[in-house]
Parts: sequence; C-alpha cells; structure tokens
Amino acid sequence: MVEETLSTEQTEVETDATLQVRDLHVYFHTAAGAVKAVNGVNFALKKGERFGLVGESGSGKSTIALSLLRLIKPPGRIEGGQVFLNGVDLVSLTEEEMRRKRLDEIALVAQGAMNSLNPVRRIRDQFMLAFQDHGIDVKRSGINDHIGDLLSRVGLSRDVADMFPHELSGGMKQRVCIALAISLSPSVIIADEPTSALDVVVQWQVMDTLRRVQEDLGASVILIGHDMGLMAQFVDRLGVMYAGRLVEIAKVKDMFGDPLHPYGQMLIASLPSLEVKQDRLQGIPGITPSLLNPPSGCPFHTRCPKMMEHCKTVTPVLQEVREDHWVACHLYEEAK
Amino acid sequence: MSTPLIEARNVTKTFGGGLFDKSRTVALEDFSFKIDADNPSVTSIVGESGSGKTTLARLLLGLVAPTEGEVLYNGKNLENLSSRDRKQFLRDVQVIFQDPFEVYNPFYRIDHVLDTPIRNFGLAKTEKERKDLINEALEAVGIRPEEILGRFPHELSGGQRQRIMVARSLLLRPKLIIADEPVSMVDASLRATILGSLLRLNREFGISLIYITHDLTTAFQVSEDIMVFYRGSLAEAGDVDQVVRNPEHPYTRLLVGSIPLPDPDMPWEGERAIGRPAGELGEVGEKFCKFTDRCPFAMPMCVQSDPPLYHTHENRVSSCFLYRESPTIPMTEMTSIFRSSNRQGPVQDNVSFDALDAELEVSTESSSSASSNDD
Repeated sequence: MVEETLSTEQTEVETDATLQVRDLHVYFHTAAGAVKAVNGVNFALKKGERFGLVGESGSGKSTIALSLLRLIKPPGRIEGGQVFLNGVDLVSLTEEEMRRKRLDEIALVAQGAMNSLNPVRRIRDQFMLAFQDHGIDVKRSGINDHIGDLLSRVGLSRDVADMFPHELSGGMKQRVCIALAISLSPSVIIADEPTSALDVVVQWQVMDTLRRVQEDLGASVILIGHDMGLMAQFVDRLGVMYAGRLVEIAKVKDMFGDPLHPYGQMLIASLPSLEVKQDRLQGIPGITPSLLNPPSGCPFHTRCPKMMEHCKTVTPVLQEVREDHWVACHLYEEAK
Repeated sequence: MSTPLIEARNVTKTFGGGLFDKSRTVALEDFSFKIDADNPSVTSIVGESGSGKTTLARLLLGLVAPTEGEVLYNGKNLENLSSRDRKQFLRDVQVIFQDPFEVYNPFYRIDHVLDTPIRNFGLAKTEKERKDLINEALEAVGIRPEEILGRFPHELSGGQRQRIMVARSLLLRPKLIIADEPVSMVDASLRATILGSLLRLNREFGISLIYITHDLTTAFQVSEDIMVFYRGSLAEAGDVDQVVRNPEHPYTRLLVGSIPLPDPDMPWEGERAIGRPAGELGEVGEKFCKFTDRCPFAMPMCVQSDPPLYHTHENRVSSCFLYRESPTIPMTEMTSIFRSSNRQGPVQDNVSFDALDAELEVSTESSSSASSNDD
C-alpha cells in the first residue's frame, strides 16, 4: 500500500531547477529495524533561490542535508530516489566524482561549523587544504589575494588569514566557514542550522553575510532549522518536514499568512510574537512518532485535530492545491 | 515591607585573578536584587553569552559565593545558614536547568526523580499520599502519570522530561523557581507547553519565577518585569512591555532589532537598528560603560565613568548617559520600580491553561494508537 503511493507520488516539475530532489528515501539500518529518516521527499530549487526546511528534531531535515552531499554514513543509506544538481544525478556518481562536486558545486555550512576548523592550523592553511583537494595550484601567485578577497567578502579583515581559530569569536569562525563554503563558487550552499550556537545579534551578522555572498554568487541556498523567525526573515520558499516527509511547501508569505496543513497551522499558531501577549501558551500536543515504526497512513494523524477515518490508513500525497502551494493532506483532496 | 525571600546586596563576582593570574573576568558587577515571596512575580533575565545571567542564577542558588557583597535568604547570609535554614532554603528555592537530558540518571526510572524529594523532605506519610502528590504534580504540567511512570528517561521526549522537572519542583511547593534557559534545547513546538506549565505554577500555586533566557520573545510572553544584562552589568530593567516595545538602552535596541520575527513582512534590521559604533573617544578610564565600543551614541563621558541607573519612567530604569536628564536611583532600590513590587496581590490576567489540560486528553489518544503500532 505504502509502496504504491510512493511510486505514484507526483513530483514538482521544474525545468529551470538548479537542484531537484526526487522521491528521496534514506534509511538507517539499526538492530531494531530500518529507521525511515527520509521517506519519499520531493522538492526543487531554482537558481538563486533561498529555500528553507523546517521541522522538529528527528523529522529528517538534517538527514536530507547530508544526503544531498552524499555524506550519509552507515548504518545510514540512500535507499532510493535521485538528486539532480545542474542536471547530473548525484546519487549515481562514484565516490571520487562526488568528492569533486563537494565544495565545487555544492557546499555545506554545518551546525556548529566553527568547531570544524582545525585548531592547530592558521585560517590560510585551511583554505589551502580545500584548494589542494580540488586540484588548484596553491603555489600560484595571487592565491593569497584570493583568500583575502574571500575573507573580506564575508566582512572579515584580510589579516584573519594569519590567525588561528581560537583567536576568533564564534561568529567570526562561522563567517570563516561561509568563506570556505563559497571559495569555489558553488551553485548550491546548504546551511544546516548555521547560527544555532550563536547569540541573536551575531546570528543577524552571520545570516546577513550569508545572504550577501549568496546574492553576489547567484547561488541557491537551502537553510535547515527549526527557528521559524529565521525562516520568515531569510528564505523565499519554505518546506515543512514531519516524520521524514515533506508535508507542505509554499512561498514564505503564504506559509505564514495561510498555512494549509494542520501541522503547519499549529506550528505557526504556536509562535510567540512581540506584538501581542497570547492569553494561552499552546504548543503542539502529543509527541513525534517513532520513525522506526511510523504510524500507518498520514504520519501526523496521531496528533491532528482534524483527523478523519481514512487518515489512519491512506498516506496523503504532496500536491499543488494552490499556485506554488503544495500540501500533503486529505483535507484538500476534494478541493483539487 | 516584609523581609524579602532572596536578596542580593551589591553583589560582584569575578573569576580568575589569583596570585599569579593577572587576567580577571568580572562576571557580574555590583548588582542588587530582591524577590518578595508574598507577591508572586515573574521576572526575566536576558542577555547574550557572557552577560552574567547564569552567574547571577548560581549566586542566588548559593552554588557560588560572591566575591563582594552578600546574598541573603530571609535576611540571613546564604553562606552561613544553620542546617535547619539550609534545608528550608533547599525546599523554598528550586531550579530548572537548561539540559533536560543531563539531569536524569539514565539507570533510574522516571519515578526516582519524583520519589527522591518526597523521601528527603518527608512529604508523604503513606503510599497513597505519595501517589496523589505525584499525580497532582504531573497533571498540573499536562502529563498523564500512567504514561510516564515506570519508564526510563531515554523513552521520553525532551519536552516531557523538562515538564517532569517542573512537576518535580512543584512537589516541594517552593516559593521561588529559577529556570535557567529551560526551553533553549527543546523544539519550538514544545516550548510553549513548557512555559505554560511554569506560568501555571505562578498563577495557580503562587510561586515566583525567575526566567533566565537569551530569547526576548519568550521573556516578553511570560514575564512582568525584565532585566537586560550586558557583560556583567545591568543595562536596562523594568516593565517588560515597555522595555521590549520601546527599548531605551542602545544594547536593548540592538537586541530587539536582531530578533528574527516570525513574520515575513516585519523588518530584520540587526545592527542597522542602531547604526555603526561611534569610534575613538580617547583614553578609557578605570570605570566605563561596557557597551561603548559597539555604541553609535557613545560620548567621551561613557569611557570616563560607568553610567548610574536613571529612573526614566515610572516602571523602568536604564543605565545609559543618554538619559542623564532623568533622576538617578541607587542600585539597591532598583526592584522597587518593578511592576510586581507595586501591585497588591497576584497578577490579574486571563491566561488560560486549557491547552495544558487538553494535552492530557490528546496524549491518551496518541498513547493508545502508539501502543497499537508497537504490535
């Protein structure tokens, strides 16, 4: 039953897409069985677009980030689906071909990326290492200028190149990581909770930097996180993940103004604001389902206030119910 | 006015600076604060990392001793309480920490963390009393007892674990709960429920709350009064509605402008909210305003002395020379301007907790369907 729905699931058709993800499945094989971390995900990214992926912990959003870079490690495995980057299916590449794509065409700014800098190497060396890995002659003249340019593009002084990571603040290190990520002008930058360890003022600086370099480069960005405020302020389009599936995709204004999926609606309603004091503090009742044994039918039916009988058995399919507004919910099936 | 439950008097805490160590970090500088138990209040402490907010919590809990000044519990110095007073203090003042994963011993069932305070303080004489106490506390935070008792910590979500910590505090009927970043490690969708359970303790059980956070939005939602810290000093304090909607201190303005609001139509100004730092102002004196190097409004006087508290409005103070026309108020009198200090009786509002009660019903359904999935 489930298999059947998956194969007939509609895909968002984009011809001018930089990145297109089709029916992606990523499972983690544990002693207790396969954990379906990503369970049939489809989305496309236009050139220069900023796309957000939100969801609670365990919804599969970070697994998507890693699988786009083919960095899923055993017991995790990409079980099926395709990831087209500029027309090339990344899933079918060899390990060596994929290694060349990373950084060159698709780069990652990871959660707590500032801790990924080598503490005993100067910042300059960390750039050199990346260049060497991609066959760039680091002895050639002008390479230092290039590193300096990259650093000044993210708002840092050129002198930072000669410093060690411990001499920099968290926000500066995160900007160094952005400079590294853009060093080979990739067409897609994946930012997985790039500011979750930073204070709010520094968060603004880092995100402002990311937006500026992304616009300069014309690159697309996938921002992954659970901070709806950050999403509202940064992305053009937003996808909502729940239990390994994308349940809603819409332009950010539509998502915040008129969410369609009951989960999306509750998520938006639970956001605290600075405008009005809510007279009730309401989260989303219930707990996230286990991905080892996901509920049958719609994964959200165990917490959904609008649950109908067939939600328990039939998995809803992601479909476009309004222009550019996709939702996977039985409530909207008649509307179509 | 009666003796405050907890009082900090001109407290300073520095780290380092031993005999051979020249580097000295001032975590908190000359700070005074009072909590009156008869007037249940909700006060937020907000600041970035290194602002001294957690140091303040640890001082109030007696976990660290102040370098200068003193912390008093019912008028007695926290450092030399009699063992009887000490036991009463441990009951009256409860804490909820940031990490809902670390506070549980993974080898014990959830019941252990609830049984321990009952045993230590002899709260129940019979088994039935013990059960009733636990059930009542769990239901107050929207958790069905039968759903979690007998389980191990790893079987519960972060949100549930954090709410069990709230229930554990409630068992002791404390007068004050200090919650240090209680929701920062929990998913956004669960934050509101945890904060709701804390707020219910204040409204229905008359427990005062100190809510420590870096998140101005939730501080605005739950508290009456707020204190904004910057590098160990109080920048601004007072009525939370006024401070957040119309910040005075340049640091608070920067903080408010940096919050990404969950509304695509609202601006996200960040540093543009205040502008670029003013630049060189000459020799920096022994005392100076900590925010000078980032402040666009900095004047030469800002590096010559540290600004006192200016009483700018009825319910607020700002530590900034921009408000030097206003009368000053001594630090020790700071809490007298709080809304909670000037109110008779409990907070009057219409906060509803039916969301928490509804949770009890929903969780029955989901637990029954979850168990059917396990088969």
